[in-house]
Amino acid sequence: MSELAITVIGRDRPGIVADVAEVLARLGANLTDSTMTRLRGHFAMTLICVGPAAAEAEAALAPLAADGQLLATVRAVVPDGEQTSSGAPYVLAVHGADRMGIVAAMTRVLAEAGGNVTDLSTRLAGTLYVVLAEVELSPDVAEQVTARLAATAAALGVEVTLRPADPDLL
Amino acid sequence: MNREERVGLGDWTLDVLGPPGQVRPVVSAPAAVLTRAAGEVDPTAEQTVRLAADLVATMRVAPGCVGLAAPQVGVGARVFAVDVTGHPKAGIGHGAFVLCNAVVVEASRWKAGREGCMSVPDLTGDVKRAGRLVVEGALPGTGATVRLVTDAFEARALQHEIDHCAGLLFLDRVAGAHAVYQRKVYL
Repeated sequence: MSELAITVIGRDRPGIVADVAEVLARLGANLTDSTMTRLRGHFAMTLICVGPAAAEAEAALAPLAADGQLLATVRAVVPDGEQTSSGAPYVLAVHGADRMGIVAAMTRVLAEAGGNVTDLSTRLAGTLYVVLAEVELSPDVAEQVTARLAATAAALGVEVTLRPADPDLL
Repeated sequence: MNREERVGLGDWTLDVLGPPGQVRPVVSAPAAVLTRAAGEVDPTAEQTVRLAADLVATMRVAPGCVGLAAPQVGVGARVFAVDVTGHPKAGIGHGAFVLCNAVVVEASRWKAGREGCMSVPDLTGDVKRAGRLVVEGALPGTGATVRLVTDAFEARALQHEIDHCAGLLFLDRVAGAHAVYQRKVYL
């Protein structure tokens, strides 16, 4: 059984998920983890599935991309099993006036401290830019990272908070 | 807290603020005034009373608005208006009132809920707030120090407004990477 990483992105319309899932189901591909969401009018699917060979999945998805509206990629990946956590979970929130390089600068601070971003989303609403990230980070460096994030945010003119995630929330 | 501290608003009503205030324009994020800690005010100062009346007037004309803090009208002062009267999620309610220099004294029964903000008009977010709250603050006009014990939606509104006075938005407290949503319904 091969494990495949598949991405599909294209202009949003009703039926993209159904079309892609149907193709994969016919191939006997089992969807495991996935995210599928609409980003400013584009629909983006990122998924891991188990079953067919990469070439087989690629060929089966090709007709969906034939009209040029959808782009599908398939690649075989090595099953990695469960990831071990590299720290405690934190939530990073950044907001402020949109400008170039906010995500780059803030995530670099996290990376330099060994922080691992496990989930991240950004939104642009008018001129307000919002970055929300879930980060695994060693509690030992949290205080130092908070100070460095604050300095980086101040230089960018944005606001930042880093808080321990609430495990019992929602 | 001085000896005159009392629980509830006592005989304070909006009438203390005098004639109706003026509707002021509401500031949207990003704006520096929304992210700076606001300053303490003299609750008996004429300027504070005017601001209080203006906050009530501005809150009243915005459909669905249950609270408005001074930074949202561009004033860095620790003053906010709240009125959750008739809201389906409200439990205890103190009607329409304004508090100055308010602080949270006790907070418990934390619960997640969706909230929006007039200063972040396009987004809502899931935020954990105390469902039971004790707040102390001063009433504009009389300057009386009061202690309010509340719960449910009024507690959420008070925490949201006290956050505004500290330069915080709900965005600073959202639960996770996918806890902010494009607003679909504008009241």
